[in-house]
Amino acid sequence: MGLMDYTAVELGKKIKAGEVSVLEAANAAMDAIDALEDKFNCYVTVQERAAVQAKAEELQKKIDDGTLTGPLAGVPVAVKDNMCTKGTRTTCSSKILENFEPAYTAEAVLNLEKAGALIIGKTNMDEFAMGSTTETSHYGVTKNPWNAEHVPGGSSGGSAAAVAAGECSYALGSDTGGSIRQPASYCGIVGMKPTYGTVSRYGLIAYGSSLDQIGPMAKDVTDCATILETIASHDPKDSTSVKREDYDFTSALTDDVKGMRIGIPRDYMGEGLDEEVKEAVLAAAKKLEEKGAIVEEFDLSLVQYAIPAYYVIASAEASSNLARFDGVKYGYRTESYEGLHNMYKKTRSEGFGPEVKRRIMLGSFVLSSGYYDAYYLKALRTKALIKQAFDKAFAKYDVILGPAAPTTAPKLGESLSDPIKMYLGDIYTISVNLAGLPGISVPGSLDSKGLPIGIQFIGDCFKEKNIIRAAYAFEQSREFINWSLSGKEEK
Amino acid sequence: MSKQYETVIGLEVHVELATRTKIFCGCSTAFGGAPNTHTCPVCTGMPGSLPVLNKQVVEYAAAVGLATNCTITQYCKFDRKNYFYPDNPQNYQISQLYLPICRNGHVEIDVDGRKKNVRIHEIHMEEDAGKLVHDPSTGNSLVDFNRSGVPLIEIVSEPDMRSAEEVIAYLEKLRMIIQYLGASDCKLQEGSMRADVNLSVREVGAEEFGTRTEMKNLNSFSAIARAIEGEMERQIDLIEDGKKVVQETRRWDDDKEYSYPMRSKEDAQDYRYFPEPDLTPIVISDEWLDEIRSRQPEFRDEKQARYKEQFGLPEYDINIITEDKTLTDLFESCIELGAAAKEVSNWIMGDIMRLLKEKEMEASDIHFSPANLVKMIQMIESGAINRKVAKKVFEAIFDEDVDPEVYVEENGLKTVNDEGALRKVIEEIVANNPKSVEDYKAGKKKAMGFFVGQTMRAMKGKADPAMVNQILKEMLD
Amino acid sequence: MANIISDETIEYVGILAKLELSDEEKEQAKKDMANMLDYIDTLNELDTSEVEPMSHVFPVNNVFREDVVTNGDDRDEILANAPEAKEGAFVVPKTFD
Repeated sequence: MGLMDYTAVELGKKIKAGEVSVLEAANAAMDAIDALEDKFNCYVTVQERAAVQAKAEELQKKIDDGTLTGPLAGVPVAVKDNMCTKGTRTTCSSKILENFEPAYTAEAVLNLEKAGALIIGKTNMDEFAMGSTTETSHYGVTKNPWNAEHVPGGSSGGSAAAVAAGECSYALGSDTGGSIRQPASYCGIVGMKPTYGTVSRYGLIAYGSSLDQIGPMAKDVTDCATILETIASHDPKDSTSVKREDYDFTSALTDDVKGMRIGIPRDYMGEGLDEEVKEAVLAAAKKLEEKGAIVEEFDLSLVQYAIPAYYVIASAEASSNLARFDGVKYGYRTESYEGLHNMYKKTRSEGFGPEVKRRIMLGSFVLSSGYYDAYYLKALRTKALIKQAFDKAFAKYDVILGPAAPTTAPKLGESLSDPIKMYLGDIYTISVNLAGLPGISVPGSLDSKGLPIGIQFIGDCFKEKNIIRAAYAFEQSREFINWSLSGKEEK
Repeated sequence: MSKQYETVIGLEVHVELATRTKIFCGCSTAFGGAPNTHTCPVCTGMPGSLPVLNKQVVEYAAAVGLATNCTITQYCKFDRKNYFYPDNPQNYQISQLYLPICRNGHVEIDVDGRKKNVRIHEIHMEEDAGKLVHDPSTGNSLVDFNRSGVPLIEIVSEPDMRSAEEVIAYLEKLRMIIQYLGASDCKLQEGSMRADVNLSVREVGAEEFGTRTEMKNLNSFSAIARAIEGEMERQIDLIEDGKKVVQETRRWDDDKEYSYPMRSKEDAQDYRYFPEPDLTPIVISDEWLDEIRSRQPEFRDEKQARYKEQFGLPEYDINIITEDKTLTDLFESCIELGAAAKEVSNWIMGDIMRLLKEKEMEASDIHFSPANLVKMIQMIESGAINRKVAKKVFEAIFDEDVDPEVYVEENGLKTVNDEGALRKVIEEIVANNPKSVEDYKAGKKKAMGFFVGQTMRAMKGKADPAMVNQILKEMLD
Repeated sequence: MANIISDETIEYVGILAKLELSDEEKEQAKKDMANMLDYIDTLNELDTSEVEPMSHVFPVNNVFREDVVTNGDDRDEILANAPEAKEGAFVVPKTFD
């Protein structure tokens, strides 16, 4: 077993015990990147090996002298390329930020650094987190380590693939409509979107501000709970950051779901859902029932309205959030132009890819004079209804169980031609963002093509511990599959 | 002009609040400074940065609202106003559209004794933009974000004004209220108070408003008055020629005394407002509002009544002293230090007003310490200096805030009240002017003035006038 | 009730969004936007007349900063990414007539 096969917490323990040095861990990660990057393209930017080694030595000293005692100290991590990292370029996988080096580091990443994390690179993503396949990146597509002919999902596809391929021990992603949970599902890893406001958004380059949330992507539920405990904080620099009393997420790793009420939305299990995915979800329900949970089906309602409401809200916010990329302060500026407005238009038209432009156009339209009420306010009212539907559900259930995505990972090149079809792939994840809820995707089984199927657990706001409990118990009962891909025969 | 026209004017007044820091970040609001030295990721629109609201901005805005009889919106929010311009780093401005902090207020103005209410539609909070400077050597523009994010309130009036005089009276009233609150220094020249004029014309008696234009770039009261005249004439000319007034934003060129359209097709005025997702709503509880209300200062009307009651000053004096917060503060400080009200008032009405005018200064530019004025007044009262000398001493206080005792000592201005010395000088003058002595004795009392004048000249103004009079009378009678 | 997006609309939205689309992109954008709006119009099946629009999920209010200067001079870092800078300022095409 190679060092990159360990979970982040296992590796952290070995480092702490002196069985593995931080340098060895660093070299293992860099070796994996050297060996696999050409094939999977998980990263936009990989740190120089020498710099990573120097950092590793520095961390080792702090671990040895007792300054760093946390479970993630010295463990190699990758960060999605929409989180600012001081001195390391941050591109959002866009041409428009090709050479952008932030002057500061995102709060969530700072929290990792404080815990002694070894940051080895910035992962590929759909441009500005807009997409479900990591094919809209300006820096090439990322491929699914389970089968390189398939997409890793998106938008945090680089992070998911890097974890799955063992090109890092764990990663940070961001989730606006499913961008952590869906690629986690496609890549056979665990990905968690916390309650809105739990992890600071300061330094996360905004896509849909009211929906964006940073979360962990890792090999198992224990890692996820541990990482979330590390990155979650109340940040006075983020007005929407929530002050919580219960950051001890690992305390929910109990393998005990006795009496837990679990609801499966009938509306998640019908038309459009792949039969094998459905079976995997029902199998997971059965495992939990065997462990003492009470599982029943119920009608969540409004499921089909989440996607249209989401695209109005997210596109509107994006059209405004992305206005700052104009060739004046940072990033790309077009070569030749005549006057200010021509400079703006050429810079943005050359700097943004088609999916980003599509959403900016839509967002600008739905906010424009005469349409605001019909589209934007309508979407916000729909969001309120969706939130009410979840409130009703959580009055009855501790956890909602369902698929993370309707299918396993599609083939490369299949999705982008029909945007609405691609958007429909987010049907089980998007409403969670609209309602601000926590959700986690855990690998359930493999389909007949050998691709992973993700099981999603959704909790009420601030009830991360419920879904961690359910996900952990399920993980403990799951049939053994070697979820770790590193060192496997080439597929 | 065959028809009679009426001008209808509404104002959008921007006031920079006197906070120490910007509205959404901890950068200083200090005026000046080299370009971009008061900036951070937030006020330069760096990717990933987020705004956090300065509490003082809410308190100032609510205080101005209370002082202008507004209803305070106890649940209010910020919205984004989207438009591209290089002085606007995010290409949206955080402002308020749907739930502004204050609504439905009014202030009373007084033009030539006619009192009138100007209604305030709303007051909202927003962030200021950066500064653009033309670079003549390249033809480009340079962007400085030092002012980006400085807190503003925008006070939007109803179209209740009908003349430049009413507009000026309204602006002066607002300025006074806001200065009294300490919420801003309201200097038009430095841009801490700015007015955009919405103007339309209609035939006298018409019910409907005409099409209005908005004029920007007005940085003095006189420019505002000229712009109103100029725009009114332009619109009337258009109507008389059978043309239409176009609703648009125009830039006033004060040199050419004409306004020009400001925007092109590329500046579609479609701001796509939506609730700012990065900021939470503001809830102003009754308790908080009471707290803000309890901190409101004594305003001009209240002060005027009190000055009359407490000091018995003439209305004319009271009007001038309370017209400006600096003068009021000066007056009250001097009273507190023990000076007599009328005496202080006389100095304000006389020498201070004269010097301000001569030196083309605003009252807010006064920088001397009230203690020095009071000390000087006490020196007059004790006879240490006479009034004539005091005028000279005061100029030095006004200019350089000198300590009057030190100044009088250093410049040898102390009144001479050595009776023996004076008597000697006077004896000599009387002896040298027998003709005037005769005149005096013949009943020409004017001759007395001549002797006093001669004495003062000989004493270089420093003689104690009472003593001079007394000695002269003794000798001549 | 299929939506049809006119050339003028695409032109206008391009001005708002500061995007300059090629003719081909414009045609695609018209199609994409019309399809999305058709899809979004399914929201009209919902009766939302009694529902308040929800912008924030949680009732968090009054998040403030005290009025204390905390930032120093970040000018060099702020300007480091500028495509063009001069004398401590960002350079843009002229904005004055």
